[in-house]
Amino acid sequence: MNHIDFSLVDWSRAQFALTACYHWLFVPLTLGLSFIVAFMETIYVRTGNEEWKRLTKFWMTLFGINFAIGVATGLILEFEFGTNWSNYSWFVGDIFGAPLAIEGIMAFFLETTFVAVMFFGWNKVNKKFHLLSTWLVAIGSNLSALWILVANGWMQLPVGMKFNPDTARNEMVDFWSVLFSPVAINKFLHTISSGYVLAALFVVGISAWYLLKKRDILFAKRSIIVGASFGLLASLFILMTGDGSARAVAHHQPMKFAAMENLYVGQQNAPLAAFGILKADPNAPGHKKMDFRYLVEIPDVLSYMAFLNPNAYVPGIYDLVHGNPEHGIISYQERVDKGKIAIDALGSYKKAKAAGNDSLASASLSTFETNYPHFGYGYYANRDVHELIPNIPVSFYSFRIMVFLGIHFFALLLVVLILTLKNKIETKKVILYTALWTIPLAYIASMLGWIVAELGRQPWVIQDILPTIAAVSQLKSSSVQVTFWIFAVFFTALLIAEISIMVRQIKKGVAS
Amino acid sequence: MFEALSLITLQQYWWLIVTLLGALLVFLMFVQGGQTLIYTIGKTEDERTLLVNLLGRKWELTFTTLVTFGGAFFASFPLFYSTSFGGAYWVWMAILIAFVIQAVSYEYRKKPGNFLGQRTFEIFLVLNGLLGTLLIGTAVATFFTGSAFSVNKMNLVDLTSGNMPVISEWKGPAHGLEAALNPQNLLLGLAVFFLSRVLAVLYFMNRVDNPPIMGRLKKQLMINAIPFLVFFLAFAGWLMLSSGFAVDPQTGFVAMEPFKYLHNLIGMPLVAILFVLGVVGVLFGIARPIINFKKCHAKGIWAAGIGTVLTVWALLMLAGFNNTAYYPSTYDLQSSLTIANSSSSHYTLTAMSYVSLLVPFVLAYIWYVWKAMDKKKISTEEMESETHVY
Ligand code: HDD
Ligand code: HEM
Ligand code: HEM
Repeated sequence: MNHIDFSLVDWSRAQFALTACYHWLFVPLTLGLSFIVAFMETIYVRTGNEEWKRLTKFWMTLFGINFAIGVATGLILEFEFGTNWSNYSWFVGDIFGAPLAIEGIMAFFLETTFVAVMFFGWNKVNKKFHLLSTWLVAIGSNLSALWILVANGWMQLPVGMKFNPDTARNEMVDFWSVLFSPVAINKFLHTISSGYVLAALFVVGISAWYLLKKRDILFAKRSIIVGASFGLLASLFILMTGDGSARAVAHHQPMKFAAMENLYVGQQNAPLAAFGILKADPNAPGHKKMDFRYLVEIPDVLSYMAFLNPNAYVPGIYDLVHGNPEHGIISYQERVDKGKIAIDALGSYKKAKAAGNDSLASASLSTFETNYPHFGYGYYANRDVHELIPNIPVSFYSFRIMVFLGIHFFALLLVVLILTLKNKIETKKVILYTALWTIPLAYIASMLGWIVAELGRQPWVIQDILPTIAAVSQLKSSSVQVTFWIFAVFFTALLIAEISIMVRQIKKGVAS
Repeated sequence: MFEALSLITLQQYWWLIVTLLGALLVFLMFVQGGQTLIYTIGKTEDERTLLVNLLGRKWELTFTTLVTFGGAFFASFPLFYSTSFGGAYWVWMAILIAFVIQAVSYEYRKKPGNFLGQRTFEIFLVLNGLLGTLLIGTAVATFFTGSAFSVNKMNLVDLTSGNMPVISEWKGPAHGLEAALNPQNLLLGLAVFFLSRVLAVLYFMNRVDNPPIMGRLKKQLMINAIPFLVFFLAFAGWLMLSSGFAVDPQTGFVAMEPFKYLHNLIGMPLVAILFVLGVVGVLFGIARPIINFKKCHAKGIWAAGIGTVLTVWALLMLAGFNNTAYYPSTYDLQSSLTIANSSSSHYTLTAMSYVSLLVPFVLAYIWYVWKAMDKKKISTEEMESETHVY
């Protein structure tokens, strides 16, 4: 294992991260705006008021501009599992492939077929059918989110599967537990609601700009009412599901949780670091230990948040790495040893099987099975176990900023909605500017959510089972570098085009 | 009900589905073919806009079929996914990039502020049409000609040799680009390219209401049909004469067998019938507008489209059925992929088979929607009254 090409692993990760982040720039808006547009069209069909139709069409145009590029970036991601994570594709393809296929059959066709009606069908199909199509686009896009998030959730908590030593891969044994895993459910609900909030803030922010410019006033207020009501509900939901997500992390990915909290030494009645600034601990080089330069703590809350019990014990990074017998935590070194035993046992099972030595085969198999939960750690034999610790400052800050922004969004949407209902919003310049500038913040919060989720689980592609170093395709690192830069340049160019087209459309306004 | 089926039956069922998706994709690539014709057929700005909009209503369908084809292949034959995509990296990357640039081009082409200019997006469309068809055809041809790779699952447990624990290793130095240098692969690539243009011409004939364009379409039909036939017949003839990768169903041992694909055709009469029907359909679809343009110009696309689906479907069945390795390795015959050794587990194939029951519903609503949307033919003047124009 000395010859793992780390530059290849890193470039593959960078490429995946780049393309995933680009995809995620467009997806949340699709998820939420599709519903907002459907609400507006429903109002149009109910009232027959042509103004609502114009409004619907305006937001639909923005939806279309965003949608096209979301589709383009998604294609790359799907195939990247094969091109860049080929070992992964075999090792877990039996489980992971299914949601991807279902997504195509169930969601993407629904979305694309009815998107065509939504854009081109105004004069071709009747009002009711058009409205139905708009709703089906919203449902279709949210179904796409369901299946891919089930897949992602499964990577964080691999359930419903069993390793088959003869095919040397994990095989699905229970579809329903994959679909209804607590991580998958929380992830789905949290992620779609984050899309709703983002879209709501997008609509509210743009409308605020119109109000600041004193144009399209009625239109802007109507949009704000629809957007802010939807966003407000979704923000409440984000708080709930975010809490649920955090609990799921605490239960299933304790290292990610400890990194999010910068909790070095585990404790009972653990306090929540509500606000903190980190500094590197000079006495622990290479241990990735961080001290707090500044800290505001709320006693007991972390234990309560994680396990619904203020006295609960929350393990820290130190406990996880070095083990803590008192709390039944075994050290990473032990897990590495067990993982290596599992890997070796699989090898000797295969050899014994080929040689027809059944008794050795079954002995190896049972050794393998007892140690399988630590399989992925085996790839860290002869390596420094500290490589198994994710980046702590990034996790810690990303998480905090996301949560603070979540609270800010809730408050902002509430204020904006009340002021609009009271018909006072036009004069509140500060609020309007805040709403406008919150659009990028929504994107930041949402991106940081993924950073917490994906960087926090490093180095695992599949938690405890498959690390990145064993998941990549065998390519030249230079090849991946080239494609990385191609994607970086292309996507950036397309993003610039997208934003500039959007801005033009917004400036054009609704009236035209 | 699917639980009761044997593993091999499920594998065959999924090979049927995946290859059907592939066949539908080749038909739907008339969108790509049409993109390469926008300058040839559209002489004025308005005409080009008309053509782009005709294609623009359908491109998502092609794209989604590609996506679903990928997903379904991943789910049912993951070893192919990991071996081919991870190995023939450059071919697949080139295909992907060709589709990325397509996806935005329709929406952004005419929009104010698009920063790269209308021309750029049109060139993207042409490039997508050219590379998409040529490379996909080339890649599919490797199902018959093979590629250089090895698969060894024991690599996963190799912690000492210093190698990477990757099970599929590509031996072709150009990571897939070597496939494009093989003349046999290129034959199929070119056949697909010209076929997509023929289909596009027939599609335009069905949808356009504009005399000058119609005149040019008539000419282009011949211009593209002839090279298509030449390349296709050359490929098909070569295929019938060449040796193939035969699998012993008991031991899984792979060996070369002379005239393997000819044997497959004879050994599977149903496939042979599909193949012949398909070829006749394509020829009939091309011939109709040529023989009686006035009455039949709108009808060619149906016969040619269905014919394309049947032909490609039959070809892909030749590649995978009748104990044949569908993704052969020329480096190590025993690493070749067969539908038996590369598939998902019985459980997963069963679960997915239930999902496949949705496919007829999907096809039904697509059909219904497009019937409602395509009631009227389109002329350049009508573009102006459209609410959403590409
Ligand atoms: C507008 C965006 C947004 C906002 C305001 C929030 N989140 Fe979030 N969060 C996301 C957008 C997001 C996301 C992008 O949707 C993520 C990434 C992965 C996922 O499941 O959802 C995410 C992940 C994520 C995770 C990691 C889940 C995992 O690793 O599996 C946790 C623990 C939280 N969130 C918790 C919260 C809490 C307690 C919030 C309190 C307000 C919050 N989030 C607001
Ligand atoms: C739900 C679908 C997703 C799946 C299945 C998924 C899966 C993966 C995989 C396989 C990797 C590479 C292995 C690794 O480095 O751990 C990865 C890395 C990453 N993903 Fe995701 N991802 C998903 C969504 C996203 C989204 C939407 C973002 C948006 C920002 C994102 C951000 C990242 C980042 C930043 C990394 C790099 C982490 C690192 O390598 O250090 N992911 N993800
Ligand atoms: C690594 C993971 C991912 C892969 C492989 C992936 C794949 C794809 C593909 C292939 C498309 C294009 C579909 C088409 O042809 O219409 C797409 C679009 C889409 N994806 Fe993803 N996706 C990933 C992550 C996500 C996540 C995390 C979400 C949402 C939570 C999501 C939601 C969507 C939506 C809503 C669309 C519709 C198009 C758009 O928004 O522009 N995807 N995705």
